[in-house]
Amino acid sequence: MTNDKFALFLGCVAPLRYPGIEKATREMFKALGYNLKEMPGAGCCPAPGVIRSFDQATWLALAARNLAIAEKEGCDILTICNGCYGSLFDANHILHEDPAMLAKVNEILKGIGMHYSGKVQVRHFADVMFNDIGIEKLQQKITNPLNMNVAAHYGCHFVRPSKIKHLDDPERPHILDELIGWTGAKSVPYAEKNMCCGAGGGVRSRDGKFALSFTETKLKNMKAAKADYIIDVCPFCHLQFDRGQKDLPGYNLPVIHLAQLYGMAMGLPRASLGLEAHEIKVNL
Amino acid sequence: MSNAKIPDPAFAQSIIDAGGKTLDLCYQCGTCTGSCPSGRTTAFRTRQLIRKAQLGLKDDILPSDELWMCTTCYSCVERCPRDVDIVDIIILMRNMAVQKGYMAEDHKKVGASLLKTGHTVPSSDKMKALRTSMGLPADPPTTISDAKAMADFHKIMEKTGFVKLIGGQ
Repeated sequence: MTNDKFALFLGCVAPLRYPGIEKATREMFKALGYNLKEMPGAGCCPAPGVIRSFDQATWLALAARNLAIAEKEGCDILTICNGCYGSLFDANHILHEDPAMLAKVNEILKGIGMHYSGKVQVRHFADVMFNDIGIEKLQQKITNPLNMNVAAHYGCHFVRPSKIKHLDDPERPHILDELIGWTGAKSVPYAEKNMCCGAGGGVRSRDGKFALSFTETKLKNMKAAKADYIIDVCPFCHLQFDRGQKDLPGYNLPVIHLAQLYGMAMGLPRASLGLEAHEIKVNL
Repeated sequence: MSNAKIPDPAFAQSIIDAGGKTLDLCYQCGTCTGSCPSGRTTAFRTRQLIRKAQLGLKDDILPSDELWMCTTCYSCVERCPRDVDIVDIIILMRNMAVQKGYMAEDHKKVGASLLKTGHTVPSSDKMKALRTSMGLPADPPTTISDAKAMADFHKIMEKTGFVKLIGGQ
């Protein structure tokens, strides 16, 4: 029996920069018995750092439109990006807490014949893997156990702000390390593991050099811990690490999204992982 | 001649009214600054930014580069002993800055992309070819491939004033 609970929210960077993340997610969830529905006509989440910083009312209305699309499909939302998760989760939270805001947003949605009543839950795919699917079912599907040392990068909007997400300990998160461990790979401890990649908050687009200073600090710490790969749960962090290394001589750490890592461990064809899109070549 | 800065109490109140209700809870302990990766190698001080907001030093804040140095990583919010919604307050002040016309050209480009395709990044022929080779549709089933959905998306941005705000079409 297939599980029809989730609609896949694609966002921008996964489908338009690293489609392997989209493909690996689709294949992995299919193998686990999920029939991921589409979200026809969805747009940008919209991005929490840029669009929300420009105009919160626009951000909220566009997020509500995405939520309404999932509600119409009768599904909860599965995100594969910390940014999309951050925006849609926060927007959903605001609309739940503030009925006047929900009414205001629905006035705007009315103009395009849509309505949001607040029924949708927004989930991060790693949360679903860890809490809904669990170790037993995931490990049953692992046909190609991995033997590699990796640096887990949680990013910011996966577990923070913890007072509304309640997903993991914000100072000592463990979900991603455990998920990595279940594939056979080893998540090595490294300094300043919870630090931001530098891309968020509109910083990458406004001041790329400043964003890279964060990335370099992280890479330096990962390298010192003898990690061979970076594992992320966010296409935007993924892009920052992968493209960032082009401008940071001396680093050559391949960047792998958790869905791609599970794709490898579950024996998906290499072509389904879209590794050609990566700047730093993944020789696995 | 005095260098004293003129505070604008109405500015602090406007932040509170827009949703920054926790602004005045800050007692300047500096835990935010100590937790901030942006402040580590620069002069950016989260504590100072929040103090300036409390004092209503609008003209110091709105045109500043500092306002845009926060990556919204929420490290400060996690540790704030007074539960100040620091990131939300920074975002509200950024909204006010944009209203006053303080917006980086590169940020306008991101906004323009949203107006055009509903996405923050464009596609390309190379991307379409890669997607097709993986058995995915050349364009994802989003605003980028759905004219009606894009029109709806745009209609929302007209209604909220976003199109005008970023000087786009």
